[in-house]
Amino acid sequence: MGFGAVLLELNGYQGMDVINVMIIGVFQDFRSITEILLKSIPLILIGAGLCVAFRCNMWNIGAEGQLYAGAVAATLVGVSFPGLTSWIYVPLVLIAGALGGAFWGGIAGYLKVRFQASEIVTTIMLNYIALIATSWLVTGPMKDTKAAYPQSARLLREAWVPDLISGARLHIGILIAIALALVLYVYLYRSSAGYAVRVVGINPHAARYAGMNTGRNMMIAICISGGMAGLAGAFEIAGVTHRLYQNISPGYGFEGIAVALLAGNNPMYAIFSGGLFAVLRSGSELMQISSQVPQVLVSIIQGIVILSVVTFGALRFFSRRRG
Amino acid sequence: MTDDKPMNSPYLLQMKEIYKSFGPVTVSAGVTLEVKPGEIHALLGENGAGKSVLMSILCGILKPDSGSIHYKGAPLNIGSPREAIRHGIGMVHQHFMLVPNLTVAENYVLGQGTPLRLINDMKAVHQRITALSDRYGLDVRPDAVIEDLSVGEQQRVEILKVLFHGTDLLILDEPTAVLTPQETDRLLDLMRDLVADGKTVIFISHKLDEVMRVSDQISVMRDFKVVHTTAVTDTNPRELARLMVGRDVLMELPRGSANPGQVVLSVDGLSCRNDLGLPALKGVSFSVKAGEIVGIAGVSGNGQTELSLAISGLLPIDAGKVSLEGKDITGLSPAEINQLSFAHVPEDRHKMGVLLPFTLAENAILHRYNQSPFAKKGLLQRGVTASFARDLIKRFRVKTPDEEEFLANLSGGNQQKLVVARELARDPNFILVSQLTRGIDIGAIEFILQEMLKQRDAGRAILLISTELEELFTVCDRILVMFHGEILGEVPADRSRLEEVGLMMAGQRSAPAAAMEPALT
Repeated sequence: MGFGAVLLELNGYQGMDVINVMIIGVFQDFRSITEILLKSIPLILIGAGLCVAFRCNMWNIGAEGQLYAGAVAATLVGVSFPGLTSWIYVPLVLIAGALGGAFWGGIAGYLKVRFQASEIVTTIMLNYIALIATSWLVTGPMKDTKAAYPQSARLLREAWVPDLISGARLHIGILIAIALALVLYVYLYRSSAGYAVRVVGINPHAARYAGMNTGRNMMIAICISGGMAGLAGAFEIAGVTHRLYQNISPGYGFEGIAVALLAGNNPMYAIFSGGLFAVLRSGSELMQISSQVPQVLVSIIQGIVILSVVTFGALRFFSRRRG
Repeated sequence: MTDDKPMNSPYLLQMKEIYKSFGPVTVSAGVTLEVKPGEIHALLGENGAGKSVLMSILCGILKPDSGSIHYKGAPLNIGSPREAIRHGIGMVHQHFMLVPNLTVAENYVLGQGTPLRLINDMKAVHQRITALSDRYGLDVRPDAVIEDLSVGEQQRVEILKVLFHGTDLLILDEPTAVLTPQETDRLLDLMRDLVADGKTVIFISHKLDEVMRVSDQISVMRDFKVVHTTAVTDTNPRELARLMVGRDVLMELPRGSANPGQVVLSVDGLSCRNDLGLPALKGVSFSVKAGEIVGIAGVSGNGQTELSLAISGLLPIDAGKVSLEGKDITGLSPAEINQLSFAHVPEDRHKMGVLLPFTLAENAILHRYNQSPFAKKGLLQRGVTASFARDLIKRFRVKTPDEEEFLANLSGGNQQKLVVARELARDPNFILVSQLTRGIDIGAIEFILQEMLKQRDAGRAILLISTELEELFTVCDRILVMFHGEILGEVPADRSRLEEVGLMMAGQRSAPAAAMEPALT
């Protein structure tokens, strides 16, 4: 934060004032807090999912595309089945989103396992495909015929994720995100299946020696991370926008990577690092409004925060290993 | 620091009262080491005695907490390995520091100079490598890619790398661990040649015979200190061994004669290819009976690696058949083979046998992570695992604070003890062990070999693949020699046949029995 303040001063702003606005401002009232929590939902979901992929040494950079794939799948289901009750419809929409994301991640996983294609490259390429396909869908086949803007039809009411608190946009997704992050923690560190995922990530030779199927574990890991990103997309659609737009995600998929790294690839810590990034995101919007600090500078400050935390984490890790 | 008279010192290198600790763990407790120019100075000691740490300090990889280092009469303060190289100090590490997918020449120039200059100089680099290689008879081709080379060849590449950088003081960390007797002889000769060239050699080893043969001075390390320094002429192996472990070492393990029973493992006409698709095994046939230890001798890279991988299901088999206790296991997956009465101590523990960032407890259940009692309903049973790991640690005297320690923090010998303990805990009728004692100390070697003999006497069938003839002759009942993917011959494990095994390892078929018989009668 000190760095950030210095940086702001250098650029001609009242450094500490801006920081104060950012920190105090985001917590100023009940509504701001619910907005932070709302922003943290996709970050926690994506971050926790990516922890699993990264632990398996699958560098999934495609959470953004998987989020869009999930959002499209959720929208398709969410507009198509009138007459279902919420109890059935909402889970159906969410599952569709998760499956959409898992499928999108699974493509990269399959290419990796079958053809040794670098998942870093393929997931990035799949991002573009997903984003452009979404644009095409909302301007073409899925376009709401009554609307002037490129957007899909509105989701049926029964498919909307219920709000957590009436009067705020915050929905019950926050509880599900936290619960799923904890489930993934148990999966990764307390279950046999998660043990195999971690062994494959650290040393595939040892994994084969232990009788593990390395390819299958890699597929599982990337599908879990894709599924979580897809779920994040479904929540954005069914919980916030209720329609599919071209740009439903302001880069949650990429920020999720930082969330996972900051959490040390531990899904439980992704709850906190996801929350922190939500604060930073809210703060950055506020900084722009109140002090006209450009977005770019805000991103730099975010970068500094990430770097310092990750560096300290890495130092701790190495000093422990040296002994 | 500068109170010593410079240049008058008779020593090339003086390390005085070196202390180093990581938190509560002391790894160097006031070491004093003095090396004269032009000598071969052996640093003898068990793994975990502090030899490698001391050399890491000398090479600038670690910083000492206190103590002084004088080199060529002046205080030496090195901050990085690159500075050490500039001062003419070069180390050949026990675990090779080579980039597998680069060529020899590319490895040598790594981190040296700018890329553009390097492209221009590459030809000169190649010439220099060839010249050095010819001069010392190392058989190193500058354009060979590292990952295609056998372990023994990679070692020669490492040694040549240090020479390439123009080193005055060479540190060789366990250099003979992977060499045949003939190659070892050649290396010891090479060390003599280097000294004759005016270079100085620090020879880290735990092999008494080699140390006795080649060294001028010997410093023995124990418990992170140099406990004794002596001229080789003033000592004997027995004294050195006692100094190393603080007790007498049994150079000859006591053992009864074998009592072989039923055939447990039978390999029939086994053929397979290596990673590069080249034939690695060409119709290998042999069998191992219950209650015997069969050794596979051979220079590394003659198909031993592929043999162990093929038997354990990790390498596809082209032709032939492998049976375990009468059951055909050819083509079974590693997971299926793991379900059988089978244990495997792999040849490269870092590459395959262990997970360094995992704790000992997590490593202990590598094969059984999804089996009862270590897992129930898909969840790991941490309590059961911890007490299982504690049991292994206790029975095999693994030196560790507790079972939650990271494996990376253990010495090589203790890591290997854990691997052996884990494998034997599977209660296997057949045990496949590969390079069991590579790079580990005498105490651990003796302990593990004794454990192997106990397993033999308990009626287990053991296949021991090793490049260490000493190890093979100590525990095996019969020895097969592999050369170029074939079994060249079999001899009983009688030390009088040592020469014969050595010749077969070099590709010479043993004198046919028919030719020997007339001489006997």
